[in-house]
Formats: sequence, C-alpha cells, structure tokens
Amino acid sequence: MSTRPGRLGSKRWPDVLFRAAAVTCAALICLLMAGFFVELARNAWPSIRAFGFGFLTTSTWNPVTRTFGALSSIYGTLLSTLLALLIAVPLSLATALFLVKLAPPGLAKWVRQGVELLAAIPSIIFGMWGLFVFAPYMADHVQPFLQKVLGFLPFFRGPTMGIGIFTSGVILALMVIPFITAVMRDVFTMTPPVLEEAAYGMGATTWEVVRNVTIPYGVRGLAGGVFLGLGRAIGETMAVTFVIGNNHQLSASLFAAGNSIASTLANEFTEASEPLYRSSLIELGLILLAMTFLIQVAAHLWLNRLGRASGRTA
Amino acid sequence: MGRHAFHRADSTRSRWAGLTLVVMGALVAASCGGDAGSARAGESGSTSAKGTEATTTGGAAANPTASPAGQALTGAGSTFIYPVLAQWASQYSKLKGVQVNYQSIGSGGGIAQIKARTVDFGASDAPLTKSELDQAGLMQFPAIVGGVVLAVHVSGIQPGQLKLTPGLLADIYLGKITRWNDPAIEKINPGVTLPGKDITVVHRSDGSGTTWIFTNYLSKVSPEWKQKVGNDKAVQWPTGVGGKGNEGVSGYVQRIEGAIGYVEYAYAIQNHMTYTQLQNKAGKFVSPAISSFMAAAGNADWQNAPGFYMVVTDQPGDDTWPITGATFVLLQRHPAKPDEIKEVLKFFDWSYRNGREAARKLDYVPIPDNVVTLIESKWQPEISGNVWP
Repeated sequence: MSTRPGRLGSKRWPDVLFRAAAVTCAALICLLMAGFFVELARNAWPSIRAFGFGFLTTSTWNPVTRTFGALSSIYGTLLSTLLALLIAVPLSLATALFLVKLAPPGLAKWVRQGVELLAAIPSIIFGMWGLFVFAPYMADHVQPFLQKVLGFLPFFRGPTMGIGIFTSGVILALMVIPFITAVMRDVFTMTPPVLEEAAYGMGATTWEVVRNVTIPYGVRGLAGGVFLGLGRAIGETMAVTFVIGNNHQLSASLFAAGNSIASTLANEFTEASEPLYRSSLIELGLILLAMTFLIQVAAHLWLNRLGRASGRTA
Repeated sequence: MGRHAFHRADSTRSRWAGLTLVVMGALVAASCGGDAGSARAGESGSTSAKGTEATTTGGAAANPTASPAGQALTGAGSTFIYPVLAQWASQYSKLKGVQVNYQSIGSGGGIAQIKARTVDFGASDAPLTKSELDQAGLMQFPAIVGGVVLAVHVSGIQPGQLKLTPGLLADIYLGKITRWNDPAIEKINPGVTLPGKDITVVHRSDGSGTTWIFTNYLSKVSPEWKQKVGNDKAVQWPTGVGGKGNEGVSGYVQRIEGAIGYVEYAYAIQNHMTYTQLQNKAGKFVSPAISSFMAAAGNADWQNAPGFYMVVTDQPGDDTWPITGATFVLLQRHPAKPDEIKEVLKFFDWSYRNGREAARKLDYVPIPDNVVTLIESKWQPEISGNVWP
C-alpha cells in the first residue's frame, strides 16, 4: 500500500481524513496488543509472585491445595500443535501442488472449493465430530494398529481410548490444512512462469521443476503458511477440549489424555472463584500469548535470514 | 497469471501472520474478559458476565418493566438447577405475571453476583458455611435435591447390576484398582461376569458443583482420598480423563469401553446409561432413584444444621442414596429492596408447593415437606424487613 501524492494534491480533506483514520486504526492495534500483555500480566501477578519460575517447570495442578504449575498444559499445547503440523504440512503441500500443477482446471476448482469449505466448519463441529465419530474410529482401528506396529516406542503405549493428545493433533491438522493449503496455493501460482518454463526447457520433469524451482522460489511464502497454521493450532480451544482428555498429568504416550493451555482455560475459568486459582489461569493465558508472540517474532527473524541467504531482500 | 506480483506472497504472509496474532490475543482476552466482567459486575449492572450462560425469561415479553403487574426477579448461579428453575419460572410468570430471569453461569459466578448485590438471588450447588454466610451477610436454603450416579460402560453389564462399595469406588478413582475383574470387585458381585478390561476413570474437566458433591462423598468415605485429593469443585485427579460438563463425561463413558464416570441422575436416565448400585452408610446396596434421593434429603438432620449448611452426601437410612446433593438459594440478609426479596420468597414458596410435578418430570427431587416447613420458618427471622408472613 504505497501512498502516492494524488494528481490534485495530497492536502485534500478526504486524503487527510483517510490518513488520520488509517493511523488511528494502526495505533489502536498496537495499543490493543500492549494492553493485552499489561492486563494479563497485572492479573497474573499474584500467581507469578506465588510460584515464580517454578510455574513453568512443575506439572502439579491442584485447586484444593492451591498449588499450580503449567508444565503439562505447555507440553500438551506444544505437542498437539507439533503433531498437527507434522501431519498438515506435507498434506497441504501435496494438495496445493496438485491444485496448481497437476489437476485439470475443472477438477482443481472443485477440490479447491472443498478445501475452502473445510475452513468454514466451526471448531465446535470439529470437536463434536472428533468426540463422537473420529475418536471411536481411532480407538478401534488406528491406535491398535499403531500400537501393534510401533508399540515398542513409549509414544504409543497405554490404553487405546481414542481420546488424547494424538487424536487432538489429528483433528487440529484437519482444521489447519485449508489455511496452509490456501497460502501455499497462492505462493505456487506466483512462481514466475518464465523460471519454470526455463527448467522445463532444460528437460526437467514436473517433479524436478517442483523440487528445484517452485518450492525454493516460494519457500518464504510456504513457511508463512506453516506459521499461519501454527498460530491457529496453538490456540485452538473448542475442538481440543472435546478430544484431548483434559488431564493434568504428564505422559510420554501420545495416546494418554492431556490438556492444552486453551482447553484448561475453557474448562476451568467459569468456576475458578478463588483468587490464586484465577490468577494462575490468567498466567496460563499470558504464557499462551507470549508463546504465540515469540513464535511470530522467531518466524520473522528466520524468514528474514532465509531471505538474505537466498539473495533477495526481505 | 501473477507475472508481476511475485512479492504478493510475502505481503500475504505477513498480513496473515499479523491477523493471527491479533485473533490469538483476542481469544485470550475473551477468556479473561469473563472474569473481569463478573468481578466488576457491581458497576455494570446485571449484564451477563460469562460467555456461556443461558438466560431464562419467565414470559414471552423480555422487558421487565413493561407491565405494571409484571415484576422481574433476577438470579444467577448453578447450572444444575437451571432446567427446573426455567420450567418453574415459565409456569409462574403465566400464573402470577412475575418474571424470573436466571443466568446459569455456574455456582461460583452465582456466589460472586449475590455478594455484589447485582442479582436478587444466587444459586450454588455447594453450600456456604455459616461463617462464610455471616461474613458476606447472606442466608441460604436448599431449593432442589439431585443425585450424582455412577455410569459404567462394561460389556455384558445391565443398568443397576453392578454393585460398588464406597471403598471400591474410592480405590477406583484413586487409581488403585485398575481392572474390572479385580478380585475386590468380583467378591461383592458374585454371579456377574466381569471382563479383564482396564478401568478408565472419567471425571469432570470443568469446575463443577457435581464434582464438589462427588469429591465431598469420597472425602467422607475414604481418609486416603481426603488426604491425597480432597473436596472442591475441581481437584487434582489421580487418574483418568476429563469431560466438559455432564455431556462430556457421558460422551466419554459411552465411547470408552471399560469406563466409569459420575453424572447427574437426570443425565444418566435421559441418556439410558448403565448406572451402578452403591452401598450406603447403613450398609445396604441401593439403586439411584427419586425415592432414594428423597430419603437422603429427608433423613438429613436439617434442624441442627446452622445456616442450612448441610451436605446431603453419605446420610443415614436404609433407602438413602449416598451421593445426593442439593442446590442452595442465596439471599442477602439485609436487602436494599425487601419487596423484591418478598417476591423471590413467594416464588420459591410456590415452587416448593406447586413445582413438584415439573421437577419430577425433569428427574429432579423436590424438597420434602418437613424440610420446606423448616426452611420457611427461617425466612422472616433471618432477613431484615417485612419479607414473609
């Protein structure tokens, strides 16, 4: 959005008004962001003072004795998000490539609309479907199979309930696929045709073009899509609350019940009338906000470095 | 297409990233907003404090000041009492033209709102102690009784077939008994074929009055539970998975083979769940039923319970269901407008006498007659102003 001086001069009042409005809105967003941090930190203060750094490294969550630690929530949040991305990124990449490079235009249109429709499904629907349809399927078919094949690993032990971190990771993957796919599809359509045509001209196959031209060219955009998915998955509340099992115990098994920061907040905020309990929940919220913030900052830094490394400006 | 637009991908990315960040922040803030709302409800009037509440309006018209005869009473709190209170409110407004608006925001929220005087009455599934009442200038009385029952999902077991003792139940929830064919379970269930399946314990993941009643019972019957876990609306569960709300727990129990969970009686009946028998204080095995909850409420010694602080769990009597609880109505002892409290009392008096059929239809247990008489005798002495004849 470049601001060019208009031919009739930039001092005309609509321009001034527009500029003022734009500046105000932009400032408001920054203010809002700062406000979230300040307000959360202020309300989380009693808990920060009571538990200090140990809040991040202990997993006791006992409302009766008022001892709180966020480790199991942080662990569950990160693990379910990681699982979601491990599943969603390859699937989205393949889908986007199919849509842009391989599918006949008629079919591509239908598939694209199907994927976009997936994005329109409210998360509560994913949660209900996850609990009543998908979790039993996981319990009866997928998890016993994984346990049979990979049961020697600690990640696939324990009873196969169909509810737990593994299932919520899969549900999250389904939820973020449309977003990652949409961004990746846009990125692929923006590869300059001249580059790809040159590669084809040198005798490269479709796979070689995709691998050596399309993906390297769009890698920053692709990473952007992944971070978009990450941002959505990490704070997803409703669907996760339905299927994660809501237990504050740490377990190495992906089949075990766990909890995420968002699900803990959704579950426990209503009845947390005791001040330290409530403050601890708010500190969880602060941690979630800080986590997303740090991930965004890290992503920006990493992308900038990537941009410099590949010789293009940020 | 897109030959001159290579940089758009980058700007799309950062725009999306920024947007995501803001949306994330808003999510977090929304969850905190609920809290701030209830804490400051005193300033903002009787606006809704929480996102997930339901509001009932007595009549068709929602405007409280519209009709001259029509007065609007406001209440907030327990979600447990909500279905029956909504039914009463609807009938009452048709008969008397008085509307009762009740927000089912949870017991904790109800206590906060009545303390802040933003509502005419609060409702809580856990009673306040006499000293808590005195400190806040409140009084309480039970409005309805309900039972918490155990639902199981074990193949081959019929409703009411499986027997449990208090000790067994505590050991299952402590994670000490982990298989259905444990000798301790088989011993008291001769003739019942129990599978060698793992037991999956299901509990509530949200803070809840039902959990308060259930853990209160376990604390009474098991010293180990009392010492290791305790009694609250949310506790640190030694084992199991957590479902949100009665529907979450029943969903998990119905899905997981080998599960056991505790739900409100009405929920278990309406969803045709496999409930269990439980041994009561008198040593008898009883099935959950309206009559056994009524026995618990009737046998409880209300007369000697200061401030009606009475937890109806583990009460004496041969027919008593041991995990019974009540929802308590909370009122200000020194109301700003005694006339409104008078109307609130009239409403509960009416519902004690005429709301029984509605309560039974919804699988709730009405307060027994002897207890109603006792409750009504306390109203005028406890509340200042001319509130009850």
